[in-house]
Amino acid sequence: MSLALDIVTITAVSAGAFFFLAGTVGLLRFPDTLTRLHALTKADNVGLGLVVLGLLPQAGSLRGGFKLICVWLLVLAAGATVSQLIARAALASGASGQQGHSTVRAAGDEGPPT
Amino acid sequence: MTAALGFILAMLALGLIRVLRGPDDADRMMAAQLIGTGGIAALLLLGVVTGVPATVDVALTVALLATFASIAFVKKGGVNAPESPESR
Repeated sequence: MSLALDIVTITAVSAGAFFFLAGTVGLLRFPDTLTRLHALTKADNVGLGLVVLGLLPQAGSLRGGFKLICVWLLVLAAGATVSQLIARAALASGASGQQGHSTVRAAGDEGPPT
Repeated sequence: MTAALGFILAMLALGLIRVLRGPDDADRMMAAQLIGTGGIAALLLLGVVTGVPATVDVALTVALLATFASIAFVKKGGVNAPESPESR
């Protein structure tokens, strides 16, 4: 039983680390602000969720497990709100023309998107 | 699990590159948000690895502070948002 829980932990934490890798690579490689935001939210919600899920069997007590879940729920709510706010601000500044030009230039000097 | 901790920290160091050369401020703020979330994950892993349960409280505080940082960024109009006079 303990071995099974350890396997769950290792699998979920590895999957969460993979999502952090995907989010970081997306943040570095994607050509546009909004696509970068898309990659970032994957790392935020799924990556941290999988890490928390993997740590739950090691929490020891019920209270510790609840606290881990509370951390994840806080990050979910905050991440959703902040992503909306940042996307709105980025869109508003992109509509003024000058920032849109700079993102196009950034896409040009980073090469083709993967 | 220590390897996963080091791996996530390495990802955060890579995310700093986007902070360095983000074309506009929203990209830098997004990278800072990724660093906040990754820092929370690293703190949770660290708490289990070292057996110090207080790191979960630290992770909660980091989550709150990262949110406040992003909200402050948006309220300030950091991406040249002139259309929100009520935020000043």
